[in-house]
Amino acid sequence: MKTVNSMKLSFLSKSVNESFARAAVAAFLLPLDPTVAELADVKTAVSEAVTNAIVHAYPEGYGTVYIEASLTDTGKAIIKIRDKGVGIPDIERAMEPLYTTSSDERAGLGFAVMQSFTDRVRVRSTVGKGTTVTLEKNILRASYGQKRAD
Amino acid sequence: MVDINFQNGTVTARLSGEIDHHIAPQLRGQIDARCESLRPARLVLDFGRVGFMDSSGIGLVMGRYRMISLLGGRLEVVNIPENLRKIFVLSGLEKLGVMK
Repeated sequence: MKTVNSMKLSFLSKSVNESFARAAVAAFLLPLDPTVAELADVKTAVSEAVTNAIVHAYPEGYGTVYIEASLTDTGKAIIKIRDKGVGIPDIERAMEPLYTTSSDERAGLGFAVMQSFTDRVRVRSTVGKGTTVTLEKNILRASYGQKRAD
Repeated sequence: MVDINFQNGTVTARLSGEIDHHIAPQLRGQIDARCESLRPARLVLDFGRVGFMDSSGIGLVMGRYRMISLLGGRLEVVNIPENLRKIFVLSGLEKLGVMK
């Protein structure tokens, strides 16, 4: 599996940047010729991961959220959403559906949505150092768009 | 964005655009303010013009269900676009019987 394209972006952990983040990742995926449904799945999963970082990572103020995305020659999109915030003490618990530490009417479905809307979700976190969420999505028609991705 | 109308005891909130964690609190504030002053028997959330929604939209529905129930009214969620059906099904909101 070879990486054929990659991108990095970073932005302040302000909620107004949630739409920018998912739109940027969606635009990056376009050369793989995703279906409307695949693109919506990725946008939704990215929005959840970015929102988690914005809501939880920097409780004392704003920090930076980093996104790294790559496309492989097998048509897989790999998207890493990373922060250098407080970290998650208990990842297993945080990933339970309906679990939320926020009082702001959050549904507690963030990780459930990420898992349902992508093919693989990995979470690595160290308390006091930050969290990385890696999303993988296979774009099924990718062979049609491969030339453009190259 | 949301366009709110009141007629025959029903508040109808026509939502449009994208619903995420940034937008949801603004929608919540506008819908709750109208419901608290009008005390409708029914609140209808119309998703027909919503192009994108993450789980913040589910939180918005769950919160409005609680709010209108406390006011003695009932909630209906209508015109859910096909592309949003997946997240509604995942949320289990169907069990509340509010999705029309």
